Amino acid sequence: MVHSDDKTGNHPEPPTEDNSEPERIPVMQQILDNPFLLLFLGITIPAVFYVIWGIMEIVHIPIAK
Amino acid sequence: MATNEQYRICPATGLRIYRSAENLIKANAVVAVVFLAVGGLFGFMVAMTRWKAIHLLPAKWFYLVLTAHGLDVLVVWIIFFEMAVLYFASAVLLNCRLATPKLAWTGFALMLIGAVVTNIAVLQGGSSVMFTSYVPMRAAPHFYLGIILFAVGALIGCFIFLGTLIIAKQERTYKGSIPLVTFGALTAAIIAIFTIATGAIILIPTFLWSLGYISHIDPLVYRTIWWAFGHSSQQINVAAHISIWYLIAAVIFGAKPLSEKVSRFAFLLYILFLQLASAHHLLVDPGISSEWKIFNTSYAMYLAVLGSMIHGLTVPGSIEAAQRRKGYNNGLFEWLRKAPWGNPAFSGMFLSLILFGFLGGISGVVMGVEQINLIMHNTLYVPGHFHATVVAGTTLAFMAVTYLLIPLIFQRELILPGWARVQPYLFGLGAGGISVFMMGAGTLGVPRRHWDISMADAQLPYDFPGAANLMMGLNGMSAVLATLGGFIFIVVVVGSLLFGKRIAVGTTEAASGSGQPAASAVGRYGSAEAPAVPGTLAMVGVFFITFILYYFVNWKYLAEIWPLR
Ligand code: HEM
Repeated sequence: MVHSDDKTGNHPEPPTEDNSEPERIPVMQQILDNPFLLLFLGITIPAVFYVIWGIMEIVHIPIAK
Repeated sequence: MATNEQYRICPATGLRIYRSAENLIKANAVVAVVFLAVGGLFGFMVAMTRWKAIHLLPAKWFYLVLTAHGLDVLVVWIIFFEMAVLYFASAVLLNCRLATPKLAWTGFALMLIGAVVTNIAVLQGGSSVMFTSYVPMRAAPHFYLGIILFAVGALIGCFIFLGTLIIAKQERTYKGSIPLVTFGALTAAIIAIFTIATGAIILIPTFLWSLGYISHIDPLVYRTIWWAFGHSSQQINVAAHISIWYLIAAVIFGAKPLSEKVSRFAFLLYILFLQLASAHHLLVDPGISSEWKIFNTSYAMYLAVLGSMIHGLTVPGSIEAAQRRKGYNNGLFEWLRKAPWGNPAFSGMFLSLILFGFLGGISGVVMGVEQINLIMHNTLYVPGHFHATVVAGTTLAFMAVTYLLIPLIFQRELILPGWARVQPYLFGLGAGGISVFMMGAGTLGVPRRHWDISMADAQLPYDFPGAANLMMGLNGMSAVLATLGGFIFIVVVVGSLLFGKRIAVGTTEAASGSGQPAASAVGRYGSAEAPAVPGTLAMVGVFFITFILYYFVNWKYLAEIWPLR
């Protein structure tokens, strides 16, 4: 069967786990739930440790006379 | 925005599948498989040339075909398939419409045009520079242009994935955290964004250099930045195929991860550290310090390896826990013996896990050690290692999940189920064989990317030991097996899409061939409850012993090459 919806946000309940009590979300889970923080870390760390550090070392190689 | 999008409910997982996402998944998967067929054929020709008794191609063709092989399989097949995985893991698993499907089609078109343009450049003959295209070797400008277009298209796909996460959150199509498989796909997307950014940093100037607008590109700078792109793209594969292992375990067994927290933490280790491993390509390059090399390939990379070992424990562990819940409790391995070995989605996934861990993982760590890397740097050991990771690991996992996608997404029954049943074994054996024998030849010093190791017209002759030629012959035979496995895969997939019986809605689960319970676990958050997994722990024990032995055997080799007396 094909359905359609009108994007008003009134979806029938999706099949996710019932977990209704309000709870304090642990810091680690907040980090893992934040894709843009993860994106930032996933780009910055290799950019600093691999790319920038690596290029700095190459730039410091003395030029042959 | 009021769109009026159609969707259907997947009877196996209970998830909504929006038409726009479905069509994009189909298109990306189909193009991926076409390039796998083309690229696989090139791989077969390369292997037949390196088999001394056959020596199929002349030198000029060898390097052309090797360039095309690397590009078509490593880049085009895998990344097109990964786009399908990203759209599946976002729109389908989150019950959500896809963000900006039109833009996704633009990305798809760019990738396709880019792939075709680069292939044309290679086949025209002036661009046999290998997929690494190290400067100062110069390819035709459209070689680089094609790769750049392809990368821009893939980047669009990654941002659409992120956009879909935002929409799903805003429209509350899921509760709590995103499912683990989607989290794994997020890891892949993050690594992909870094990968493509570094690719742009180095390939755009190289393109301009090929046109004559830039006079010089420093080879070491090129290699350093290129490998941030070239090796990180392999880490996209790792994150994607591990997500697929979790997905298949959930769909076929209803398996929940042993611990959501631990599995997510393992993916986080990938996000933070996996990309640093790129440095092992530069371990013998002068000019860069040992501090940089050792930090990036050892201290930091081992944290990412820890991530892989966690997945290597938790994926089979989650399957064991699910099987034991069903009553397969006898001995250490009844759960494994009674697994659906005739279902190619399961057998492909499990072989991928074993081969990736034992062959690809162990050899990768060994090569990442600065000292023992010297024994095998730039030898055939390197392609041996990465055929264990990207062929036996990633490609086999992607093949396995295709057997689920055909009934679930394409809504067709598999044709030739008997062929499909043996396919993962043939391909796994072949891919495992090419990995092991190339590694064996590499350990004996046989170089990679070499047309003729008998050095027939060289001024300084050199004879490799007879065992090296034996390895190359066994490699050729394994290539025949892998090619046969690949061929059967293509016949079954293309045949099923064209001629497979259409599945009436509501019967998809039966058609997946698994006859297994409903698979809704794939879209949920939650760990298996206090499971005991002695069989998996025994396998992990065997893995560690193998790892330690092989690691020290290599130090022994090094000591023999360079004795201290
Ligand atoms: C039928 C299956 C395959 C066979 C028989 C095969 C065989 C080979 C052989 C013999 C080489 C040459 C090694 C050398 O001379 O240096 C090679 C290179 C390579 N293969 Fe495969 N391969 C297969 C599938 C794949 C797949 C599926 C992938 C990627 C997902 C892949 C990725 C590569 C790459 C990246 C190279 C290196 C190219 C270069 O050095 O520039 N292969 N393959």
